[in-house]
Amino acid sequence: MTEIVATNQTILVVGGGISGMTAALEAAECGKQVVLVEKEASLGGRVSQLYRYFPKLCHPTCGLEINLRRLKSNPRIRVLTLAEVTGLTGKAGDYTATVRVSPRYVNENCTACGACGEAVSSEVANTFNYSLNKTKAAYLPHAMAFPQRYVLDPSIIGTPEADKAKAACKYDAVDLTMQEETLSLKVGAVVWATGWKPYDANRIQPYGYDRFANVITSVEFERLADPHGPTGGKLLRPSDGKEAKNIAFIQCAGSRDENHLRHCSRICCMASLKQTNYVREKGGEDARSTVYYIDIRAIDRFEDFYQKVLADPQVKFVKSKVAKIVEDAKTGDVVLHGVDTEGYHRYANAHDLCVLAVGMEPSVKGMDIPAEIIADSSGFLEINSATAGVFGAGCATNALDVNRAVQGATAAALRAIQVVNRVARAEG
Amino acid sequence: MSDLNAQAVAKYRTNFLKEVEERVEEGEWVKMCMQCGVCSGSCPLGPFWAHPPQEIFMMIRAGRRDEVLTSDSMWMCTSCYNCIVRCPRKLPITHIMHGLANYAHRLGLAPKNQPTRVFATMFWNNLIKTGRVNELKLSLGLYFKDGFKQGIQNALNMQKTGLGLMKAKRLNPFELFSGHGCKDRKGIAAMLKKAREIEASRKHFAN
Repeated sequence: MTEIVATNQTILVVGGGISGMTAALEAAECGKQVVLVEKEASLGGRVSQLYRYFPKLCHPTCGLEINLRRLKSNPRIRVLTLAEVTGLTGKAGDYTATVRVSPRYVNENCTACGACGEAVSSEVANTFNYSLNKTKAAYLPHAMAFPQRYVLDPSIIGTPEADKAKAACKYDAVDLTMQEETLSLKVGAVVWATGWKPYDANRIQPYGYDRFANVITSVEFERLADPHGPTGGKLLRPSDGKEAKNIAFIQCAGSRDENHLRHCSRICCMASLKQTNYVREKGGEDARSTVYYIDIRAIDRFEDFYQKVLADPQVKFVKSKVAKIVEDAKTGDVVLHGVDTEGYHRYANAHDLCVLAVGMEPSVKGMDIPAEIIADSSGFLEINSATAGVFGAGCATNALDVNRAVQGATAAALRAIQVVNRVARAEG
Repeated sequence: MSDLNAQAVAKYRTNFLKEVEERVEEGEWVKMCMQCGVCSGSCPLGPFWAHPPQEIFMMIRAGRRDEVLTSDSMWMCTSCYNCIVRCPRKLPITHIMHGLANYAHRLGLAPKNQPTRVFATMFWNNLIKTGRVNELKLSLGLYFKDGFKQGIQNALNMQKTGLGLMKAKRLNPFELFSGHGCKDRKGIAAMLKKAREIEASRKHFAN
């Protein structure tokens, strides 16, 4: 049984991505007790799946490393992975949270030596790479995973594969008897930082994401560009593994659209502008990017980033929302059809690969949030001042870039600290 | 210039967008267009339009009144509704196109021999007479729209189809002389009169 000490002066942080980690660290570094709950097997969230950040084009692993170091040196944070909050009752200063912890089948003895991964032969979809490739059924979620512990996929439990993994482990770390647990935690305040998910591109019917191999999403493109990704950092297109040299980016794929997401996802313009840099970096002088856009929203100080990309002769901009994509069955190329707004020219442009800059959908949308939280028309959380003991942070509250998500998380931590301070004063 | 057109020009002067908003069916949506171009790219007849919907909306906002109202573009719409389905701002584009066409027709600015306009006018005039479309008169009228000689030629070309329809009892030649109407012709006429009144007051045609 997992032992956790939590009181109504404890802050519960739901979600271990960049926002949740930040909120947890800020609160813990102010001396508060924090329980950080993450549903995946490792912290880091979607930021850890990026190749580079905008605008400085540095690697997210760097920021992640700093945060993990802060986390490891802070005894006030208790991290629960493979855990989900399933219920929350009570009021500010006095909540009871129900947390369901799924079995990892690997205990604290794990040294991440990798022997179990070598022992098993069955493979599962690698969700860290958005299922673009497969991984062994005993796996480390990713190179910088925290905790640095392997996971056994539930699909092999009860099969000889699981026994092979257990036999291979020299440290007695594989525990096949682990069961799902339900914990009940007393907490004073909650920071809800469950982040975002990429909009389901299958639903944008005219773009054929479900039909054409060479139409991919922007988050998948990040994985292609990453040396730890399925292609070892080469921009190889899915249909035939050919290096993509002529790449189209479609902006507002799902965003700013009453039929899909009605909000502007805010980050996608900068993300695509950033990704044109990957095209140049990987493909050299003869690589071409074409950005199809309604209007470029390079928010505030990023305008100069846009101007730099605009001046790049290898990047072309077409002011038009693409109407439909057709696949050239022979070559696998994708042909983009539409009419541009600067002169109303009808075009049919062939590209090697098309990247849909998919919008940000709040992870909480459609979820039964176990608290009295108000959501806006897009499903993002808003602070409910009447019951203010639960605070949204990061992309659970709005479509934000990393910078703004971290700012919002710090603000949420401060609000949560105020609640538990009130509790502390009342209890003398 | 028709009276109605002169009156509209006097009333709205250079503000064509306002004129469209007030007088064209669903015209109040025009300002919501964000010029993404998905309607134009999705239109199956798009390549045959002089100005795709997106351009028409921009022309309206730019006050290019004559160019819009004399254009045959909106008459090319076949009501497939692809644009409405895909418009990210849910503009009722098909309805706006028909609204513009209707308004241009009403002001007497629509292109005279535009086939859709000719047919629609013929259909409407045929329908309101008895409350029921007389298909024989309508199709004959259409044959002869480009003159007597062409009409005979068209009729001869369609002879086989006509006889076939007659055999199958889908066409009654006696409809040419009287034709049957609906039961309550007066009721239909009263209803249409009322509808015209409502439309005139709603679309600021009353004064």
